[in-house]
Amino acid sequence: MSLAPGTTVRVSTRPHEGHHRTPGYLKGRQGRVERVHGRYRDPETRAYGGDGLPERELYLVSFDLPSGDRVLADVFEHWLEAAE
Amino acid sequence: MSTRYDRVMERAAHDRGGWPTDARIERTEHDLADWEMLMDAIENALEARGVMNTDQMRRGIESMPLDEYERASYYERWLFSTETNLIEQGILAPGEIDQRLAP
Repeated sequence: MSLAPGTTVRVSTRPHEGHHRTPGYLKGRQGRVERVHGRYRDPETRAYGGDGLPERELYLVSFDLPSGDRVLADVFEHWLEAAE
Repeated sequence: MSTRYDRVMERAAHDRGGWPTDARIERTEHDLADWEMLMDAIENALEARGVMNTDQMRRGIESMPLDEYERASYYERWLFSTETNLIEQGILAPGEIDQRLAP
């Protein structure tokens, strides 16, 4: 699966014990895919000495926050869910 | 595979974006001390030799006890994580650095 730029997504709120690169303040927020970065080794297993395979798709996602700020963040596909 | 976090965290200490605060953000630059440059060099050498990677480095920092994380400077956190990773891999014995530094 690959998400096309313009796709509306929501960041997963699932509990996760251990290293991951998804900022807490974005969890549960709706955003928009801006760019497909490509596939990268998974930091969640590399952090424990693993090989990080299979590679995961990484996206640049934009978020319009209630404060009026617009935030751009890199989020891996396995942290993104379909948004209504 | 080595140790995971030593506790379950809702938001770990490093995950600070969005925390409400009125505190002033310290933006002053400072010259690096010799030990800080050495710490950077050691870390890069360990990565180049495949002993540890950036993700292991970050995970080690994130596993710091909250109060120690708050007290530690940037490169003190690197030192903590590097020591933690080397102990996990059996390259250093627990307490080995402290023992060698003891008078």
